[in-house]
Amino acid sequence: MRYLTPRKSAEGLGAARTGTHDHWFMTVTAVSLVFLVPCFVFVLGTAIGRPQAEVVLLFSRPFPAIVTALVAVVGMLHFARGAKTMIEDYTGGITRELAVIAANGVAYVIMFTVLYALGKMVFLGTLIEAMK
Amino acid sequence: MAQFKLPKNSQIRVGKTWPKPDAKNVRKFQIYRWSPDDGENPRIDTYYLDMDKCGPMVLDALIKIKNEVDPTLTFRRSCREGICGSCAMNINGINRLACIYGLDEIKDATVKINPLPHMPVVKDLVPDLTNFYAQHASIMPWLETKTNTPEKEWRQSIEDRKKLDGLYECVMCASCSTSCPSYWWNGDKYLGPAALLHAYRWIIDSRDEATGERLDQLEDPFKLYRCHTIMNCTKTCPKGLNPAKAIAEVKKMMVERIV
Repeated sequence: MRYLTPRKSAEGLGAARTGTHDHWFMTVTAVSLVFLVPCFVFVLGTAIGRPQAEVVLLFSRPFPAIVTALVAVVGMLHFARGAKTMIEDYTGGITRELAVIAANGVAYVIMFTVLYALGKMVFLGTLIEAMK
Repeated sequence: MAQFKLPKNSQIRVGKTWPKPDAKNVRKFQIYRWSPDDGENPRIDTYYLDMDKCGPMVLDALIKIKNEVDPTLTFRRSCREGICGSCAMNINGINRLACIYGLDEIKDATVKINPLPHMPVVKDLVPDLTNFYAQHASIMPWLETKTNTPEKEWRQSIEDRKKLDGLYECVMCASCSTSCPSYWWNGDKYLGPAALLHAYRWIIDSRDEATGERLDQLEDPFKLYRCHTIMNCTKTCPKGLNPAKAIAEVKKMMVERIV
């Protein structure tokens, strides 16, 4: 039992003096994704049903490769911060901390997996082009 | 933190049904009852009132029940004209001031009255607003100045005074904060719409000289940024104010400081 005044409880540990950068980051990435996601869906749409070699060639071109990389990086960073907020809303204590770490981990794993696959496709595509 | 199940001692049971008056125009009232003294679970008591002998507002019905049916029914009330904010309660799912909410505005046949949601209950319809008031105090709801006090008065232009309209009218009834899911889940850290509306009222006041300090105090992922623009606050405000807009304005000022 602790005898805290209501004011002491309400003020807690005081303001963290952070939050606006996160808010602005989420705003900027949300606006970016409004443009990036339709472009990525278009690129993905053109790739569906094609043979693997053609898909590799497609993703080795600058526009599809850059759009895909941007969607992966911006999208996953946006996801990581969004998920953190959601986790903070609905969980507490050690669960909250572990879930935030897990969400960040998932975001970075997906991001670097996409970048690795993309890099491989760009390299292979360039090789295919050179062999022609 | 979110809680999806009520603790066992908070689960609501069926309560007492009071006798029906012998009249034609009778309306049913279901009211939340809980007393800390008897160790019982909360219950919903059912009352019937002759509407031909009852005033037009929900508060009139509550006063009639207390005076004529069940004197143990406990609720806060004072001004009876929407100025004091005492009689805020959840009426048929919406947080309202009982004194200015007409019984004819309730479309359902049964009037269901509960205390403000997600707050500790002192008794029956009386919520414990200690934390709510402490949060209000934490935003320093007074004029902070550094300049020497002028001989006559702190002057303010008509345009600057107009900026306070839609803010100063808040009666601190807690309807907005207690309708906000973010406040339900994180009420210990998130200041809630009412305190943030008041914070903005002092930030925007042309006479106040502590704007930076006030913004510094709000710069926190929980105190301010737990607002997810759900807008329940604006929808429910019995005074027709817009706390969500005030919060958005504070966020805009925060961004202005860094971009």
